[in-house]
Amino acid sequence: MDSASSPDSVKLTSAKIVIAGGFGVGKTTCVQSISEIPPINTEAWMTAASEPVDRLDPGIDKTTTTVAMDFGRLTIAPDLVLYLFGTPGQPRFWPVWDDLCRGAVGALVLADTRHLEASFPAVNYFEQDSDVPFVVCVNLFDGVLTHDLDDVREALALSPDVPLTTCDARDPSSVAQALVTVVEHTMKRAAGSTAGALATR
Amino acid sequence: MPTTYWKVRPYVLTGGRTRTRQHLLVHTLVSVPYYDAVFASSLLPEVRSLYEHARETRSVAELSAVCGMSLGVTRVVVDDLAASDRLYVHADQYSSPFDFRLLERLRDGLRQLA
Repeated sequence: MDSASSPDSVKLTSAKIVIAGGFGVGKTTCVQSISEIPPINTEAWMTAASEPVDRLDPGIDKTTTTVAMDFGRLTIAPDLVLYLFGTPGQPRFWPVWDDLCRGAVGALVLADTRHLEASFPAVNYFEQDSDVPFVVCVNLFDGVLTHDLDDVREALALSPDVPLTTCDARDPSSVAQALVTVVEHTMKRAAGSTAGALATR
Repeated sequence: MPTTYWKVRPYVLTGGRTRTRQHLLVHTLVSVPYYDAVFASSLLPEVRSLYEHARETRSVAELSAVCGMSLGVTRVVVDDLAASDRLYVHADQYSSPFDFRLLERLRDGLRQLA
């Protein structure tokens, strides 16, 4: 435990990557698998309050959903921590998305090929309403890719410059690899654009 | 994490204020520069809880979660404590989230985990 008064903690700085995607695509699992702190979320709020609102397809074994905050923390270096913020899955929380995305390094939009439409709003959001660079990542639920990535790209109508990758949200190293893709994409975007245009957001 | 159910409207704690002097992002880090037990005991329970938890450097979002306070209220409380130098808001070491040095460090750190 670091003491708040030590000189090191004063220099501590933070960065953020947003984990987005539709409802039930594995955002919470993704944050949980790689976070070094017990992932903090406010799921408890939802279990009672949302039952009549957030209907789940039969067959999806998920009894809670995430509202407002769902995040994890990763220490990159003694003076640098990376926060992962899972977005709330429901469209009625758009203002929260703006809040979470402000100052983010990039975003990982998770998609489930069995429910690809669940991630349409997230893709739209990052394409149209946000300047945060994003990568789309197919969550391999049973460890298998059930659809060709080219087909997924076409179904999501992704522009060619948006990277499309895969990960197993349960596997920390797989999630880390997906996050590397996000950071590399941001580096490419930052190098390609005038620094000022991106830095303003 | 304790879940607190509010018995009063959350912004009562801030006197109805919702704005802050400085922009506090959800991942902005804050810490208590020097802990003052007498000062702590003078605070309202909710504010004191935040002050105590911030003895260890934490993000605004973490403080909100551990204190069971909404993000908006947490921001105002953090901002008030920072205005009287009771809390230290960590300044960004990098010019923007797209600073190349930051991105390189993140990439290299994440590669170690992959």
